[in-house]
Amino acid sequence: MKILDVQGLKKKFGGLTATANVNFNIEQGEIVGLIGPNGAGKTTLFNLISGAITPDSGVITFKGKNIAGLKPYRICREGIARTFQSVKIFAKMSVFNHILIGYLFGDHKNKASGSSSEEVAKILDFVRLSGMSESRAGDLTLANQKRLEVARALATQPELLLLDEVMAGLNPTEVAETMELVRKIREKGITVIMIEHVMKAIMEICDRVIVLHHGEKLAEGKPEEITQNKSVIEVYLGDSACLPSET
Amino acid sequence: MKDKTKKYSLFAGFIVILLLLISLPSYASSYRVIFVTNILMYVILTLSWVIFSGPTGYISLATAAFFGIGVYTSAVLSGTLSLPFVILIGALASFCLAFVVGSLTLRLRGMYFTMFTFALVQLISNFAHWYEVNVTGTVGRLVISLDSTIIYYSILVVFCLVLLASYFIKRSKFGLALQSIGESEEAAAHSGINVTLVKVTTFAISAFFMGAVGAVMTMRWTYVDPPTAFDIRLSFMPLLMAIFGGMGNLFSPIIGSSIFAYLEEILTTKFPYYYMLLFGGAMLLVIVFMPHGIEGVFRKFQKNNKQESAKKT
Amino acid sequence: MLTVRNLNTVHGKIQALWDVSIEVEEGEVVALVGANGAGKTTLLDTISGTYIPVSGSVEFQGQRIDGKSAAYIVEQGISHVPQGGRLFSDMTVRENLEMGAYSHHAWKQRTETIEQVCQIFPRLKERETQVASTLSGGEKQMVAIGRGLMSRPKLCIFDEPSYGLAPKSVMEIFQVIRSLPKQGITVLIVEQNVGQVLEMANRAYVLENGRIALQGIACDLLANDYVRKAYLGL
Repeated sequence: MKILDVQGLKKKFGGLTATANVNFNIEQGEIVGLIGPNGAGKTTLFNLISGAITPDSGVITFKGKNIAGLKPYRICREGIARTFQSVKIFAKMSVFNHILIGYLFGDHKNKASGSSSEEVAKILDFVRLSGMSESRAGDLTLANQKRLEVARALATQPELLLLDEVMAGLNPTEVAETMELVRKIREKGITVIMIEHVMKAIMEICDRVIVLHHGEKLAEGKPEEITQNKSVIEVYLGDSACLPSET
Repeated sequence: MKDKTKKYSLFAGFIVILLLLISLPSYASSYRVIFVTNILMYVILTLSWVIFSGPTGYISLATAAFFGIGVYTSAVLSGTLSLPFVILIGALASFCLAFVVGSLTLRLRGMYFTMFTFALVQLISNFAHWYEVNVTGTVGRLVISLDSTIIYYSILVVFCLVLLASYFIKRSKFGLALQSIGESEEAAAHSGINVTLVKVTTFAISAFFMGAVGAVMTMRWTYVDPPTAFDIRLSFMPLLMAIFGGMGNLFSPIIGSSIFAYLEEILTTKFPYYYMLLFGGAMLLVIVFMPHGIEGVFRKFQKNNKQESAKKT
Repeated sequence: MLTVRNLNTVHGKIQALWDVSIEVEEGEVVALVGANGAGKTTLLDTISGTYIPVSGSVEFQGQRIDGKSAAYIVEQGISHVPQGGRLFSDMTVRENLEMGAYSHHAWKQRTETIEQVCQIFPRLKERETQVASTLSGGEKQMVAIGRGLMSRPKLCIFDEPSYGLAPKSVMEIFQVIRSLPKQGITVLIVEQNVGQVLEMANRAYVLENGRIALQGIACDLLANDYVRKAYLGL
């Protein structure tokens, strides 16, 4: 079942074309990677889907409903959640309250059975931040802040999760932990689209990969196909880095 | 545990003060009662201001506008309706204006929002003036003034209401949303919070109490006109008082505005010609040495104590 | 060139560095690796003057610089490219680069330096008049690195320069960084990309919980069992 269908999406900022006629669809339950050179329009695409900006033209269909142009809070309540490239947490707030906010405001249809504290505790446990419940978000390390952002997004009970460079700045061990988390998220039935530069993650957990370049779709396919694609290598991967850097 | 005993002692201290305030007219002179009334006016304005501008960081200078609407509502209706209704309608008028204005302007960020709220005061004041010149024919209105004790108790009621409102907003789901908006509007919106609605509603709630206190204070004056009702100083004072006191919890703005208002009253009576100079000087000292207000000084004091006891152990 | 001795720094309420000592010789590329929260950024910030250490010393070319202002330290010839870039978001790319050449001797040569930087990052030439806040994450990182080079430093400190960059750009940047010693710039680099950075560095230090856990020649560390397990996920 197609959970997300994007047709003819276009967005310009003044004279700069950020998104130039993008078309693709996502099946429910997939983990799709979104890669491309810096400035290709990946985060802009996320912004268009999550409602942070409105498209100039095009249709974004989520579970059969056109959501293009809706406000972010509406789209969140429809079931799409996201994280941000530059981690946007509420620095002075406790970890617990972050997740509580997502839980209280994110979903108006299916309130889970337990009390809010129980549900928040479950999510804390899921992302392995249980020990930090009362900590001030601003005091956490970057890796934990990223995990907190994911937790807050999960608390809104999404069906589609957009992860924007959630692995950036993490060392290989932390990357492995995060990959495990993404797998667990998919097991819960949540579809994931992830923007990433950490090729190891793309290769190992993505079912499909979409490549953007200058605001257009350059290529699409399985990870192995993409890494052999000549244009992708030329434009994004560079010559010797087709595979994740292992020694 | 220490936190809890501190909270209880603060609360107990507050109850004592409240009781003293309630019984004030019975043991104090009429002058004193009026003096405290004025101080409470500033405290309420500051608390109302902090309800919105505190957590969101949007600095509003529209306080005088909402206060003035309350004044004018009261001036128009005084004599025709009973006091509680007059106050309520004054408050609601401000609430409605703030809701409308907020919906239009809360998309403006930072400085632009502040400038707009400042302009709003001028706009409304001038409109009132134009209306009076062209429609009613006379500038200003006479008001049936009331006994200072009635005014005092009315203000005390508004004070308790704004306190309750502040307290419950802070601890509620709404308050949590406000806090998140203050830190990152984008993240808040993406977490399902209708940011515009929350901002506008809070702005309107804060205006409600500003209108209420305006409606009450009118009864003290026998005559009101646009400059008195929409006095721009009433926009700046709550802001300064909030900075002076701090905005981290409920008590800091109260303490800050009380001290500030008390100082202002003393300075205007003792040094009527220099008070602005002294005032400005005092503000400079505060900003340089106490950038986080009294609350900041308190926190530093606490921190040093903790470090001292930590060193000893 | 740079000698850090027994450095202890407190960050907020927490002690972030415990008796840290590192050395960077002229013409080297020295890497600093470690988990998030280990104290790497705090160490770099102490060296470049953002933090004053509680005890210990930082010497640059024989002179004490700990406790001195960041501006003074830049004048001495140290350039710090912070994590996340921290650009002047309302200024254009060119203006950001020019700001990097603020110090006296760099300012006179700024036109020449900008040309050199644009050769390293051609994308910046394209986006020269674009306002920094409108750039993509990776492009911002390029501007930040370019800005760091604008001060014509003797020692350049990079805090996670590969953050958010496409694989191809990462390779290009590492090539650039590796070639800096030939142009007379010594390098101290912090990276999460442990494998790649150890391949291009001469020596490296491993920071754990604010202490130096390991140090040595980069290739040795690359072969070290503990490093492979803990940091390379092998």
